[in-house]
Amino acid sequence: MDPVTMPPTVPSNPKPQQAGQGEARATVVAHAAPRMVTEGITVLYGKTVGVHDVSLTFRDKTVTALIGPSGCGKTTFLRALNRMHDLSRGVKVTGKAVLDGQDIYANGVDPVTIRRRIGMVFQKPTPFPTMSIYDNVVAGLKLVGIRDRALLDEVAERSLRQAALWEEVEDRLRAPASGISGGQQQRLSIARALAVEAEVLLMDEPTSSLDPQSTMRIEELIQELKNTVTIVIVTHNMQQAARVSDYTAFFYEGDLVEVSDTNTMFTNPKQRRTNDYITGRFG
Amino acid sequence: MDRALTASERIRLPTRPIYRRLGDRLFQIVVVALGLSIIALALLLAEVLFTDGLEPLRRFGFWGFLTGTTWDPVRGVHGTWPFLVGTLITAIASLALSFFPAIGVAIFSAEYAPRWLAGIVDTIVDLLAAVPSVVVGIWGIFVLVPLMQSHVYLPVYFWAFENAPGLLPVLGPPAGYNLVTAIIVLALMIVPYTTALARDAIRLVPRSQREAARALGATRWEVMRMAVLPYARGAITAGAILSLGRAIGETMAVAMLVGNSNTLPFTFFGPAATMPSVIVNEFREAVEDLHLASLMTVGFYLFLISLTVNLIAAWLQRKLAVGGRSL
Repeated sequence: MDPVTMPPTVPSNPKPQQAGQGEARATVVAHAAPRMVTEGITVLYGKTVGVHDVSLTFRDKTVTALIGPSGCGKTTFLRALNRMHDLSRGVKVTGKAVLDGQDIYANGVDPVTIRRRIGMVFQKPTPFPTMSIYDNVVAGLKLVGIRDRALLDEVAERSLRQAALWEEVEDRLRAPASGISGGQQQRLSIARALAVEAEVLLMDEPTSSLDPQSTMRIEELIQELKNTVTIVIVTHNMQQAARVSDYTAFFYEGDLVEVSDTNTMFTNPKQRRTNDYITGRFG
Repeated sequence: MDRALTASERIRLPTRPIYRRLGDRLFQIVVVALGLSIIALALLLAEVLFTDGLEPLRRFGFWGFLTGTTWDPVRGVHGTWPFLVGTLITAIASLALSFFPAIGVAIFSAEYAPRWLAGIVDTIVDLLAAVPSVVVGIWGIFVLVPLMQSHVYLPVYFWAFENAPGLLPVLGPPAGYNLVTAIIVLALMIVPYTTALARDAIRLVPRSQREAARALGATRWEVMRMAVLPYARGAITAGAILSLGRAIGETMAVAMLVGNSNTLPFTFFGPAATMPSVIVNEFREAVEDLHLASLMTVGFYLFLISLTVNLIAAWLQRKLAVGGRSL
């Protein structure tokens, strides 16, 4: 049976969460195999700790939501998952992030290759404004030197369909990408990440700059994408986390406080701080 | 006032009429006057150049003066074509020579250099832009010209003399003061401008654009090629055109180094002239009214060219600018 079609359920044998000072380990009993596992990820901005010793498991073809108040480190953690911190001066990441058995922080691992497998969608849509819609979608393929027209056309259509954008743009693929709406631009950004066949998709508050209508489209899209990719989504919106995710991880002040399947998280959190946050007592 | 008002009471008081009526109006008058005066100044300048240079325009015609190849004050024949050619050749060649090195420095400073080094590079670039052109000219006379003459002009000339005599008319006599020298110096002088404008444009590219490219698996250079340079292309192009404008108008250093010959054809190693250089070299000796007026007319054309170049820069910047929503 395809685990994806199963609704997220409370594990039959839930173990109490070991959450606390520095060591928080995800021990969710689940129906999908782990796809990406972090072990003790710590992110330092100079001497400030951004994320402290986070170990989490992302299961294949599931959606994991990272929630928590502003500045809790959820985005910082997300960006550690495809080595985006490499670009920033003075940021240091320690620990392991293992994708299919390989630590992406191991010596000799090329972050460029890693980022092709682990796609990212940002808060604000980021189409390349001087390129056409078509060129945006195939930008990643052109990077690796694919010039075969037929193949590019095929991937462009497939990715745009996957991103639920094809019908809206198929007759103006050559138009500049800056001309479409914000929601469409965000789906274009998703299509672009899918075109390079990203296996893991990191989404950093992908709907925070969108209107409710576009937000709904993206959320529906996430549900469909889950059939093929593993999704990690950072969100400020608790309802969104409840709607789209199978697992939820709660971050607070750089620590992973609690993680479990989403139902349990929102109905029966183990930690008081989690409960306070999701019931709106703070954050 | 019988008692001091509290802050919240004072905030709610109506604006005092003296501010609203007089203050606002005065401010508006001053600002509008200053704004209009700059327009008036430009028009006045054009007007003076035009009226003082009207006689040659009447005698030779607007196009006749522009395309006239003879500049002979003694016989009273004036045409600005040689200077126009000299100006365009030196300006365009110096831009071509300096553009890619300048972009390279800009990319290095904006993207690659550690912060402290970028600071040093930026300061030096800005400093270079501030060197008076007469100083650059002196450097050209005492350093560049002897160097180029002994290491480039003479060897090349002698090589051509023995191996390719067909090239000699193109190369011209190996005088040190010539088009090539002027082009090199001009290129050095506009590098800081192109660099500074391109550097600022590159720095203004949003971080999200770079990250988007990175997230697709772009290497550092690919991020530049795919996201940063296209995003900044409008400002970079406009900056290059403005540098061209500077090269067209540059007077002192060129006048000191170009050799000053009023007759076409110009050769690589032989003396030449540009529009600004002929003005600065001849206005002191222009005793004939027609000669002086002709120099004014050259100035008028130079004004028109500079204006056109600047308009093109503004137009390009708008046309190539990154538009669209939420970007």
